[in-house]
Amino acid sequence: MHLTAEEQSWLAGDAGPARQWAIEHQMRVGRYLGAIDLVPVSQAHIMADTESLGPAGVDWLERLAALPPDQRRARIPTITDPRGTDFAAAARLKQQDWMVSLERRTVAAFESMGILMTDTCINYQTIMPAIRNEHMAYGDTGVVIYSNSVLGARSNFEGGPSALAAGLTGRTPRYGYHLDQHRNATLLIRVADTPHELHDWGALGALVGQLAGDYWQVPALIGIDRVPTSDELKHFGAALASFGSVALFHMIGITPEAPRLQDVADPAMPERATFGTDVLAAFQARYTSNIDTVDVVVFAAPQLSLLELQTLSRMLDGRRARTPLLVVTSPQVKPDADRMGITARIEASGGLVLSGMCFYQSYARELAEANGWQALATNSAKLVNILGGYGYRPVLLSMQHCVDVACSGRIAR
Amino acid sequence: MIVLRAEAGMGRRVRGRALVAKDGFSARYDLDRINGIFSRPEHKLAGRSYVGRVLVLDAAKGGVATAWMLHEMAARGVMPAALVLNRVNPIMVQGAALADFTMISGFAQDITQAVPDGATVEVDPGSDPPELRVLSEETPPPPSPSRKRRGL
Repeated sequence: MHLTAEEQSWLAGDAGPARQWAIEHQMRVGRYLGAIDLVPVSQAHIMADTESLGPAGVDWLERLAALPPDQRRARIPTITDPRGTDFAAAARLKQQDWMVSLERRTVAAFESMGILMTDTCINYQTIMPAIRNEHMAYGDTGVVIYSNSVLGARSNFEGGPSALAAGLTGRTPRYGYHLDQHRNATLLIRVADTPHELHDWGALGALVGQLAGDYWQVPALIGIDRVPTSDELKHFGAALASFGSVALFHMIGITPEAPRLQDVADPAMPERATFGTDVLAAFQARYTSNIDTVDVVVFAAPQLSLLELQTLSRMLDGRRARTPLLVVTSPQVKPDADRMGITARIEASGGLVLSGMCFYQSYARELAEANGWQALATNSAKLVNILGGYGYRPVLLSMQHCVDVACSGRIAR
Repeated sequence: MIVLRAEAGMGRRVRGRALVAKDGFSARYDLDRINGIFSRPEHKLAGRSYVGRVLVLDAAKGGVATAWMLHEMAARGVMPAALVLNRVNPIMVQGAALADFTMISGFAQDITQAVPDGATVEVDPGSDPPELRVLSEETPPPPSPSRKRRGL
């Protein structure tokens, strides 16, 4: 890989061991994936919940954080994905002290490195959205796919270590979706019925993701007959990235790089599949059979926007949840929800509004064991994809249906 | 001996028994990392232990957590010996780089069809190109019992 003189000095250790590790890491990754050099990036976004880090990862971060300030500070704006807890609610969730302790140590380490603890996976709605062709080092697959596809940004999936390396160097290896040649569509899908509900958009994303199958596929969708909202594309993209490991999609006539099919694909490209209401319903039915009651209802993954919170609060007005009802949002949205009385309305109906965490990133297995949760209802297709491996029996329902289940304790059929 | 050449690799040369399936790999989605078994019910290796095995699978899947989790798994020693994939994503590469984990990927044929489950294999990322060598083919062993639960 070609390195600038400054990058070579970092590799030699002139800027200390943190930046030396970072550039070495980026070279290992870049060589594997065919990068010829590093590209400057505007922001880095780090996923680092402590279930993923473990004590070994926290120890490793603390060693970096113990370096002199000029050696440990991030060089570009560097923000964080959701944490593994909401400190204000950890006891209520029955999270253990050692989990909270690891989280606090991680926060302290990141803060000493000049990292902004935004604790959000919806930074494209709340912090500073990317602009078209802006190179980024984003963690969280949902952030990457939304930013690449809806905003026209350029980022690969950057796991926690690589996003941290990008924060320390201000660069990332130039491969994959930083390059024009990887941004063309590789498969074409017709949407026969434009989805209505958020979980329908998630189901569509899941189906496209299963068909795409890997990171290097770029689906293009035709047939969507209206401009989706940011929340709809948020759920679609999160599910597509989750089920397919996909980082970029195009919606013809909607997303910025694809005003026409010929802008991203050979117009003669054959359609690989058609997805309509019947197919989405069949997908959702996979997750509802043999489950009549649920132990917990969760709205998360991605964190809810202010508009989703308002919709949920209206659905809950005058009703009372009989099962635990967890609602997860970002630390940027939560104060607005508090100020506007939305949090109070949800919690008056028995819900619990959590901030800065995400359910599956918060020791989901231990939460299940401590609280006796197994059957879980959600409107997040991404969440149902993840939680099976954690021992849950997840059910994918609409937001309204989830509210009904929370209030009745049963799944109406 | 069958020799299968890969497009890219990293880590040290290792030998072990192959655990093979035409399915994906994600540390967060697919594994019970405490007990060292595949835990997602829909996964073709559900219930089987991955500890010390050379995993031969189709594609890297899931989210970004694997980038940290391989390092965490290595620190506790509840870890595969190596990962062999038809197709990687950046997360798997980043995780292998941090954990100093052996991984090779990219073959001319479907690697999950070319290697018998249970075969003894050698993964050599340092050869040019990286190679997977099938040293002997054996009858697949019965599924390993779950490891005793360990705290993080």
